[in-house]
Amino acid sequence: MTAQTEQKWAEKASVLGKEDMERVLRRIAVEIVERNKGLERVILLGIQRRGVYLAARLREMLREAEKVKVPSGELDITLYRDDISVLSDQPVVHSTSVPGDITGKKVVLVDDVLFTGRTVRAALDAITDLGRPERVQLAVLVDRGHRELPIAADYVGKTVPTSRSENVEVRVKELDGEDRVVICERTGGTESGVEA
Amino acid sequence: MEWRHKNLITLEGWTREELGFFLDQTEYMEELLNRPIKKVPALRGKIVMNCFFENSTRTRASFEIAGKVLSADVINWSSSGSSASKGETLRDTVWTLEAMAADAVVVRHGEVGVPDYLAKKLTKASVFNAGDGTNGHPTQALLDLYTARQKLGNLEGAKMAIIGDVLHSRVARSDIQAFRKMGVHVTLSGPATLMPENTASLGVGYVSDAREAAEGADILYFLRMQRERQEDGLIPSIDEYHRRWGATDSLVSLASPRAVVMHPGPMNRGMEIASSVADGPRSVILDQVRSGVAVRMALLYLCLGGVR
Repeated sequence: MTAQTEQKWAEKASVLGKEDMERVLRRIAVEIVERNKGLERVILLGIQRRGVYLAARLREMLREAEKVKVPSGELDITLYRDDISVLSDQPVVHSTSVPGDITGKKVVLVDDVLFTGRTVRAALDAITDLGRPERVQLAVLVDRGHRELPIAADYVGKTVPTSRSENVEVRVKELDGEDRVVICERTGGTESGVEA
Repeated sequence: MEWRHKNLITLEGWTREELGFFLDQTEYMEELLNRPIKKVPALRGKIVMNCFFENSTRTRASFEIAGKVLSADVINWSSSGSSASKGETLRDTVWTLEAMAADAVVVRHGEVGVPDYLAKKLTKASVFNAGDGTNGHPTQALLDLYTARQKLGNLEGAKMAIIGDVLHSRVARSDIQAFRKMGVHVTLSGPATLMPENTASLGVGYVSDAREAAEGADILYFLRMQRERQEDGLIPSIDEYHRRWGATDSLVSLASPRAVVMHPGPMNRGMEIASSVADGPRSVILDQVRSGVAVRMALLYLCLGGVR
């Protein structure tokens, strides 16, 4: 198997700092309550990997604000990707764990960046295999545009216009040591044409 | 981790890190088996050929289930009724498999080295060894490792006793290799007539007394005993074998308090294992079968993906 082409990314601009990230997530939490008229039958599903941490924060904010512990889980979409047969190396699988039966529930999918929409497409397929929710909503921290599929988010933290050669990196302190969103630009290597 | 193996013929070239990574991936595959709909599209459009030139129930079935859960198309090519019984050479079989555009070939054969031969001849397909003669059965070792790790946690420094007919056992050979890589101390026991000559060069100890091997062990692994061995004069009698080397409650009681009892199946109850042990609280034999599916899913997923 061939190694993926070496790529170097240089930080170009900071989009959200720690406080911004928290403020934006709090607003999303409020919108989730508004849109669903409460939190009854609402469950949060974070998409591996950073969506899982963002979902955990939303859950904590909802617990503080509404005194409700929203059931939450994590969803790995690797095995549902549509590019699995064209990648040079198999992507690593992460855990999926869903809090009980999702049938009849209002599932809020949580991801860090909405880009082509392909991850969300895969997540919808994965959800269909796990049950039949009453509805599925999508919450993302950043919408960077460039959709390749007819998919839109219900809750958007921040819309960030980008060019395709840029990359939006959401950093969470649990994995990356800091809470920050940055735009990076490619400085070396070639276009991979592959986006998770 | 970037996965560098296309085939699995032997675990010899796998590093400890790779084994650890593989077992982690297996864990996530096992989760799929708990779902109401046990199917994901990951290997859509891939063809897996199960080529069993020797009988097998669980290995073949578990490769088949593993492939199907991942949406591969699995074809069972068994030796009886196939052209192998009409005298087709292995070389012709290879060409046939290649012409059928198989993406993976799972092979079990009575002759040592057949999977290796296929791997060298097939240009495109992955080859997985499902048992070759007395040489090796690496996916069995992986599922044993996975089951043991699931029950005992980190295996570094754990003690394992492998008891029975080591000489004729491909399972024992592969398990010794795999468990030693993970830092497990392995001791063999069984009739001296059924031991390989080179136990020391395998990096394992040998004691004739099973009680000595079982003393304080965390993993008790009992091998299948073929009844023919008695006809060949290699064991005294079935009763005596059972008393001295079989899995009995008194033998198992010598092991560590957390010990697990394993067996590759199919079991000869009353021969190498007593029913009270096979169905007892220490037995993880059914967990092994379940792990077998998850392990083969991880193997197919990791080795079959990507651009070739």
